[in-house]
Amino acid sequence: MTADPGETPTGTAGAGPAGATATDLTLDAKVAAADVPPELAAQSLSQYFRASWLQVRRGNSGVLPVVLGIVIVAIAFQIANPKFLSAQNLVNLFEQSTIYMLLAIAEIFALLLGEIDLSVGLVMGLGSVVVAELVQPTGANWPWWAAIIATLLACAAVGAIQGSMVARLKMPSFIVTLGGLLILEGVAIIVLGGSLVGIGNSQYHNELVLYDIFWGSFSPLVGWILMIVVVALAGTTLWLRDARKRRHGLEAPPRSLTAMKIALMAVSGVVVVAICNVNRAHFGTIEGVPYILLIVLVVLVLCTILLQRTRFGRYVYAIGGNPEAARRAGVSLPSIRTWCFVLAAFISGIAGVLFASWQVSLTTNIIKASNSYVLLAVAAAVIGGTSLFGGRGKTIHGVLGGLVIGGIYNGLYLLGVSSQWIDVVVAGVLLAAALVDVLSRRGAQGQA
Amino acid sequence: MTETNESPKGETPTGDGEPLLKLRGIDKHFGPVQALYGVDLDLPAGQVTGLCGDNGAGKSVLTRTIAGVHQPDAGQIYWEGRPVRIHSTRDASALGIETVYQDLALADNLDIVQNMFLGREKLSHGLLDEDSMEKTAAETLSTLRVTTVRSIRQPVASLSGGQRQSVAVAKAVMWNSKLVLLDEPTAALGVVQTRSVLDLIKRLRDRGLAVMVISHNLNDVFEVADRIAVLYLGRMVTQGPVADYDRQNVVEYMTTGTAGGRPFETTAAASGEG
Amino acid sequence: MTADQGETPAETTGAVDLTEDAKVEAADIPPAVVAQSLSQYLRAWWLQIRSGNSGVLPVVLAIVIVAVVFEIITPEHAFLRPSNLVFIFGLSTVYMILAIAETAVLLLAEVDLSVGAVALIGGVITFKLVQNPGADWPWWAAILAALAICGAIGAVQGALTAVVRIPSFVVTLAGFLLFSGILIILIGGADASVNLNTNDPNQNIIYELVQGLISPVASWIILAVAVVAYGVAVWLRMASRRRQGLVAPPPALTAIKIALVAIVGVAVVVICNYNRGSALKSVQGVPWVIPIVLVVLGVWTLVLGRTRFGRYMYAIGGNPEAARRAGVSVPGIRIWSFAACSATAALGGILLGSFFFGEYSTNTADPGQLVLYSIAAAVIGGVSLFGGRGKAIHGILGGLLIGGIAYGVSLLSLGSLSTPLEYILPGAVLLIAVLIDVLSRRGTGSARV
Repeated sequence: MTADPGETPTGTAGAGPAGATATDLTLDAKVAAADVPPELAAQSLSQYFRASWLQVRRGNSGVLPVVLGIVIVAIAFQIANPKFLSAQNLVNLFEQSTIYMLLAIAEIFALLLGEIDLSVGLVMGLGSVVVAELVQPTGANWPWWAAIIATLLACAAVGAIQGSMVARLKMPSFIVTLGGLLILEGVAIIVLGGSLVGIGNSQYHNELVLYDIFWGSFSPLVGWILMIVVVALAGTTLWLRDARKRRHGLEAPPRSLTAMKIALMAVSGVVVVAICNVNRAHFGTIEGVPYILLIVLVVLVLCTILLQRTRFGRYVYAIGGNPEAARRAGVSLPSIRTWCFVLAAFISGIAGVLFASWQVSLTTNIIKASNSYVLLAVAAAVIGGTSLFGGRGKTIHGVLGGLVIGGIYNGLYLLGVSSQWIDVVVAGVLLAAALVDVLSRRGAQGQA
Repeated sequence: MTETNESPKGETPTGDGEPLLKLRGIDKHFGPVQALYGVDLDLPAGQVTGLCGDNGAGKSVLTRTIAGVHQPDAGQIYWEGRPVRIHSTRDASALGIETVYQDLALADNLDIVQNMFLGREKLSHGLLDEDSMEKTAAETLSTLRVTTVRSIRQPVASLSGGQRQSVAVAKAVMWNSKLVLLDEPTAALGVVQTRSVLDLIKRLRDRGLAVMVISHNLNDVFEVADRIAVLYLGRMVTQGPVADYDRQNVVEYMTTGTAGGRPFETTAAASGEG
Repeated sequence: MTADQGETPAETTGAVDLTEDAKVEAADIPPAVVAQSLSQYLRAWWLQIRSGNSGVLPVVLAIVIVAVVFEIITPEHAFLRPSNLVFIFGLSTVYMILAIAETAVLLLAEVDLSVGAVALIGGVITFKLVQNPGADWPWWAAILAALAICGAIGAVQGALTAVVRIPSFVVTLAGFLLFSGILIILIGGADASVNLNTNDPNQNIIYELVQGLISPVASWIILAVAVVAYGVAVWLRMASRRRQGLVAPPPALTAIKIALVAIVGVAVVVICNYNRGSALKSVQGVPWVIPIVLVVLGVWTLVLGRTRFGRYMYAIGGNPEAARRAGVSVPGIRIWSFAACSATAALGGILLGSFFFGEYSTNTADPGQLVLYSIAAAVIGGVSLFGGRGKAIHGILGGLLIGGIAYGVSLLSLGSLSTPLEYILPGAVLLIAVLIDVLSRRGTGSARV
């Protein structure tokens, strides 16, 4: 079946209400039409669009709300401040969104299971402190690559511990990650040693590399080459895969659709590189695709492959949809669950490395503030379209939701709005997104 | 396949006249799906009616319509001879209709007394009158001869399946009910516990209540029922005294809507509508 | 029904034969319900603990352990010094009240992440309303206004959860963000503060809520009256139930309960009456906040245990569908529970401001940390995250534990270690408490898939 999990239609996620007896299957024939992913049912491009529209009207809107949200945000802020959509600001916006995006992706691994990981912010904080301390020339003085690997492993270990407590000891994830974040906050402060740690000293090679991770970028030429390579790879893979399905008579999207997707990829690739190559410095030259864009892209692709194209990912969605069914099918619930928390912590660790690079110097207050990121991570995931109830969500949701949050922060900041009011707005957006989620699920199921 | 809607012929054997509850021509649909087509049903007092039907035949929908959870789209309900409208579960309770659902609808964390009075607690001076509630609950349980529960104050979670079923039934009976609807009361019970629940049902009947039991299990049905009614794809295909039926034709009615290739005639002894 | 523990009841003719059922966990029945004598009660209680239903025992044990450990490791064994203990009482009251507030929502198997932010909002509103020059409201009006406003906030969150069906996690998350921002705006900026002027008698009353003391003599009188009233009420009720043949605990147990309350009360008064000041300026007496907290405890215990509203809260937490079918207005109860939670939290916020010497600034408390501690306190105290289980007293005990740990750590002059320990210890205690709870429930089949 080529339907992407994460866009599963009605009735598969979550159990029925108490008291429901045997599933009455006589109803299904009339209901199903709009639930089949349009890609599968369509034989031509126009059929595809019609089917998609039908799906949206029945409530299965996928990423449409968040994309619409991005468009609205972009237009609104552009009107308020013409500098919003400038090349410099767009890159700036992306940089600010990176942390949100990564943490949202991390959180999605927990949300898909129907769990929650409240510690992602602090894992990031801990990771940032650890990597910064490890490269200190007067301290551990590790090479940058060793520091990063150690940090990621340490974060993964934290995830393993939390995951085991949830999966094997059967403790509620809410509590485990709540206790976890408290403990990690204390540990991070201890590692920090009470003062601050910085990686801003460009005399030291290791610190310089670390700094560069967030602030550095590819040269324009390399940017173009990279883009061409990526688009070519992705395009060829997509074309070949769909062609193979068609050859074997399996359900496959129409050729025109595949071509359109590849064209879209190419166009967006060109646009992105062009924007990035514009000189965005006030003095001197800063241009080119930032490293972090590639990092986020790699994380996005790998996680998407993991979730959509491997057994592991399939089992994750299964557990989120119906854990008992998964268990009876032979899926090892403790193992999958633990690994999801490991992945969540690992990606939070990546975010931590970027965070250290971004902040340049870390203090106790910054560590304490990293706690607030978990709320934004959950918000980003929900805004992006991931369900809080498990079984529904994709990595791309984290990226899009993170962009929305980052966009709001960026736009409001440009308008001179104080950070308190920004929090108010984000709260409003989160509620609106949740409302859309609830209403769309209600519409899809016919009756609450 | 042809299916007929049998005109109701069942009558109270004692000849009291009107059955306690009469349904005539009940329709119910959910969106495009029709769950009940012109259903007629008689539930006389002092008798146990077994409602049979395959999955999806509409048994639960019919039960919930009587209980006030759903409103019929067409047709009429008669209670003690008068036409009535049952808009809510409270209306049903006010009439004297109590339902025991398949999932028992008991809150595990509350004790027996609290569950039996859920939603209808007695107050004294604005606070819960625990003492009088406990007394009433104890009396009801002892009248029904439920004596092996250790304490009336133990949480329902600590009761076995049979005991919970008894509590659910006692809850239904406590409110001066006249009609008790039981949805699959023995479905989740073992042999011994099934026995005790069936005895309980007979005791309800002996007290003069009308009882309707939905059940798949024809052994149970034939043991307790005085009347049988069979639903097939939303239609009432037959109903009448249990003596007119045996397991085989009931199964045929359940799976095909007819028995022996032709509509089954109830015994001619049944007179027409009163 | 009066069968002794461990004996199967005889079958009587015609009785519903449930012989299998008698073997069902004797340990699942609260011992107070089956015991006829003190020794039976103790035996049943021990059996219950061994089967995993430990009630408040873990948190009480934890309090004792924490007290002992901190007493040993604190410099000069100062932990149990009266001045420190009174301070702990004062600090704990905030966590106690917030834990009780959160319990209201936890009972429904929901969560309120905004309870910290709303508490601070309530405090700031009160402080601002009594400002002179300013709004200059009477203190009681300011408090009522804060409770009403925060109650309304809770009602809105409850409505979004119950009627619109947005998960409470998301709604209160948004509320947390929203009110954290509004809090700073109300205070007047990141560096501003709202202070109480203790020269103004109206404002001073609020200041005195935590800082003010009841004179030693008055404390004893109040204690005596309270204990006697409580003892008489409980005794008469139990006696009346016994007389009517209803289920009642053995008399010895009731007597012990009353004695325990009296002992604790006496201990608290003695500690508080200790002169914590100097010979020149004696500081003695029970802080006003203690009777206030006891009133809150009393009200909530009454509401949860003896009113329909409380009963329905438990029912919804245990089986919302059963409650709905029984005619309970589930959305209505949910909305009121959230409202009650937020209003109670507001009270906690007011006390917090008073505790911090009448100053409200952005440094007073971190709304995020407050909610973490509230949930931790409630859960450690014995409230279940899955709903349907918990009492007001759990919040009191959990709050005391958290307050004790937080303060004890700060006493330890561990230098750079004391701040991190303030986070690590509550986190560790929370995990251990829940671990014990989960492990104990393993055998009973109520664990999750």
